[in-house]
Amino acid sequence: MSTKTDKIDRLAELTAATSDDQKGAGIWREAFRGLRRSPLALTGAVIIAVFVVMAVIGPFVAPYDPVATTWGDEVSQSQNHFVGMRAENWLGLDQLGRDEFSRMLIGARQSLMVGVIATLLGFAVGAALGGISGACQGLGRKLGRTIDTVIMRFIDMMLALPSLLLAVSIAALLGRSLTTLMIAVGVVQIPIFARLFRGSMIAQSHSDYVLAARALGVRRSRIVFAHIVPNSLGPVIVQATLSLATAIIEAAALSFLGLGNPDMSQPEWGAMLAKGQTFISVAPQLALYPAVAIIITALGFTLLGEAMREALDPKLRK
Amino acid sequence: MSLLTVDDLSVTFSRRGRRPTHAVDGVSFSVDAGQVVGLVGESGCGKSVTSLALMGLLKRAEISGSATFDGIELLSLRASDMRDLRGSQLAMIFQDPLSSLNPVVPIGVQVTEILTRHRGLKGAPARKEAADLLDRVGIPDPTRRLKEYPHQLSGGMRQRALIAMAVACAPRLLIADEPTTALDVTIQAQILELLRELVDDQGTALLMITHDLGVVAGLCDDINVLYGGKVVEAASRRPLFASPTHPYSVGLLGSIPRLDAPRGEPLTPIRGSVNDNIAWTDGCAFAPRCDHYTLACLEGTPDLTETYTGHKYRCVNPVTHHEAPVTLPESPAAEA
Amino acid sequence: MLRFIVRRLLQLIPTLIGLSILLFVWLHNLPGGPEAALLGDRTTPERRKQIRALLHLDDPIWVQYGRFVKNMLKGDFGTSVQSNRPVIDEFATRFPATIELGITAMLIAVIVGIPLGYLAARRRGGFLDSSVVTSSLLGICIPVFFLAYILKEIFSVQLGWFPSIGQLSPGLETTKVTGFAVLDGLLTGDLTVTSDALAHLVLPGIALASIPLAVIVRMTRASVLEVLGEDYVRTAESKGLKESTIRARHVLRNAMLPVITSIGLLTGSLLSGAVLTETVFDFNGIGSFLARAIDARDYSVLMGFILFIATMYVLINLLVDISYSIIDPRVRVR
Repeated sequence: MSTKTDKIDRLAELTAATSDDQKGAGIWREAFRGLRRSPLALTGAVIIAVFVVMAVIGPFVAPYDPVATTWGDEVSQSQNHFVGMRAENWLGLDQLGRDEFSRMLIGARQSLMVGVIATLLGFAVGAALGGISGACQGLGRKLGRTIDTVIMRFIDMMLALPSLLLAVSIAALLGRSLTTLMIAVGVVQIPIFARLFRGSMIAQSHSDYVLAARALGVRRSRIVFAHIVPNSLGPVIVQATLSLATAIIEAAALSFLGLGNPDMSQPEWGAMLAKGQTFISVAPQLALYPAVAIIITALGFTLLGEAMREALDPKLRK
Repeated sequence: MSLLTVDDLSVTFSRRGRRPTHAVDGVSFSVDAGQVVGLVGESGCGKSVTSLALMGLLKRAEISGSATFDGIELLSLRASDMRDLRGSQLAMIFQDPLSSLNPVVPIGVQVTEILTRHRGLKGAPARKEAADLLDRVGIPDPTRRLKEYPHQLSGGMRQRALIAMAVACAPRLLIADEPTTALDVTIQAQILELLRELVDDQGTALLMITHDLGVVAGLCDDINVLYGGKVVEAASRRPLFASPTHPYSVGLLGSIPRLDAPRGEPLTPIRGSVNDNIAWTDGCAFAPRCDHYTLACLEGTPDLTETYTGHKYRCVNPVTHHEAPVTLPESPAAEA
Repeated sequence: MLRFIVRRLLQLIPTLIGLSILLFVWLHNLPGGPEAALLGDRTTPERRKQIRALLHLDDPIWVQYGRFVKNMLKGDFGTSVQSNRPVIDEFATRFPATIELGITAMLIAVIVGIPLGYLAARRRGGFLDSSVVTSSLLGICIPVFFLAYILKEIFSVQLGWFPSIGQLSPGLETTKVTGFAVLDGLLTGDLTVTSDALAHLVLPGIALASIPLAVIVRMTRASVLEVLGEDYVRTAESKGLKESTIRARHVLRNAMLPVITSIGLLTGSLLSGAVLTETVFDFNGIGSFLARAIDARDYSVLMGFILFIATMYVLINLLVDISYSIIDPRVRVR
């Protein structure tokens, strides 16, 4: 009797030791682990954190009023006289005598807002359209499939235009303002998210567990919300991160084309870059500061997004 | 001297943040010209990894030990020399014929490219030879097939095509990794027969990797049973089936469904799964699943014992032959 | 095959119809109404009344739409407010320049991108791989217009290596056969024109190529990585084939399939980029023309441009689909 329990105990010990390796094998936990180890992901996360902090505390921390042309008389565009870095203005002055550092800080908030709202818009509308479309296609009958076709034709139409042109048309319709930027860039993101959601929904609705759920008589709406949606989240989150990066850059491009906020005193990196470029020969820093800020921020989101994609991709986990 | 002698071959994979996996752990066996040797075991026991290591197709793995082919040490060969040997002297047939063929290149080209590389044939003579090869492996209307793509052929024909590619240059050693697993049973028999013919005609040495004992029974002269990366039993065909000694081999044989068994008799699988192993350093890896297990099994790696007949087993409490009499299972290719 | 093409072309029609409807609605909802759109901002009430009568803007909306479509099919997209010439003419004069620029950029992107992507995949995890991945991400994140400005400032204004304005140096514009400056030079036998045109294409070409290059590198790398893990590559290796054979016949031929698809989609981004790049370099193509039109609220031009681009984009994607079915034998049949 005791030898038998001894044997069993000893064996239990040893098998427990080997199975430790396989704990926590959920897809999210593993992805998170992979991300923590990836230098690219960490860099991206750090950049994003810095950016968010800047945007949030900017207005409280900025040394001067970004709109007031406090040192206007020290700067002269016609005489190519600009003021660079110095003790009282860490990044110097802009072309109208405003403190560049404060403008950059406050600009972070504007750019973040544009990026986030545009992406949210694209995400929300795209999710709704794509989700409905996909659910109808995967789970519905004839009517469902027709709905899907109609919605997708609409999405195709939006995709028929290169993104910048689509944004431009919308901006032309709405007039110049910051809100226009957000809406225009957001609308461009809609078809991307719509396609993603739809594809994910359709793929999921063909999977075995959905078949099992239907066989068990689970109501279709419950299947969609409790099962399919959570499983589709992975690529969507990746896309949202990448879209944020694109949104920031496209907003800058629209400002460059003169479609942004006409009130040039409000600091926004895209507008600052567009204006700063005209002085590139004599005061390159005025273009460089916002450009570098835009590039690094977009890079931060892109790095994180790409790292997440690799972490969640089952094929690459070899 | 054997054509292929594998001595204490070990293959270890290390991944970032995980414990290293000893896929192959001190495996030794040999294959003579004209002989068919089997490597048997469930998935994950290291048999495929062994073959890939021999062919030099493993990347990012630590390989130690020795593998001599006709006097040449394969494991320390320069990459370019290994490339010369592959396809001409050593060839391999893989498990899944559809994924093992390039989908966008016609079958004919996939055969002639070997002929061009190792036998210097080009153009029309190459195509003629390719058609002959396809014919030899039993593909009907070979000249037409040359222009077809893999997805246009049936599973059995794809495997035959792969075999044709493998034997195109009359290799001295052929490694077949589960060549019939992805095929229907009737096709299985045909493929095995084809392999046997080729071996008999050319005097090729064949290393047969499989988990299917039926295949082994009909084809192999010597058999090595692998578990957890180590050889746990090695014997010639008749002794292995007549008196299997290691509890794992006994379990494998006992788990084959028998047509002549009385109705209603339950199947006897081996309990647990390959994941229920313990490390060899702690004892016998098979212990958690073994009916014969004693405490002595947990005192380090059991040694490989060899009987005077050359029957080897790695067990401290083996099955003695009167406990488990097993008759040779019927197999369609067992005509010899 | 033919049936496939016809079917796809037919699918195009609802998309284009929908687009034209959308555009029509868009035109009618622009600030100031279509009269302002067609006449420009500075106009008098009398002129507005004249235009309304002339263009029958008081007719029911579907009649207007019908007229709109009829005109479109005739090739009449209206008249540019800026120049008073038909929109169609303005396009025709400028389009070749943009095509030249686009082809240059695409060539750069493909010739540099595919080998880089392949090498990065081959040496996965190595230094080359990391730098290629990082710089390709960077390439997507740098705004095209900013890159254009930097290139222009450094290589043209400061270093003087390349010209910075236009398609050709002043004085050479006399030879205009096709509008493709490089070609024109060759056709008229005047090689100074060709070399001058090429010099003018370098900087804007590089700027425009940045995004396609980044995308192609990443797609090639991802695709090659996936193919390298496939069983048939292992089979090819087991046959002892030469590295170059495996690369050409087994790896690339399969890896290029998704890359070719993305090349088709990239032409869209090329157009967007052209608008920005041409503006910076004062390149006289439809890109800069569009930028000026936006500025001047020249909506006829905008509308015509958009319709035209949309059609072209959709046709290009159709071409990509067709070529895909030619290249991949599995997609063929029926």
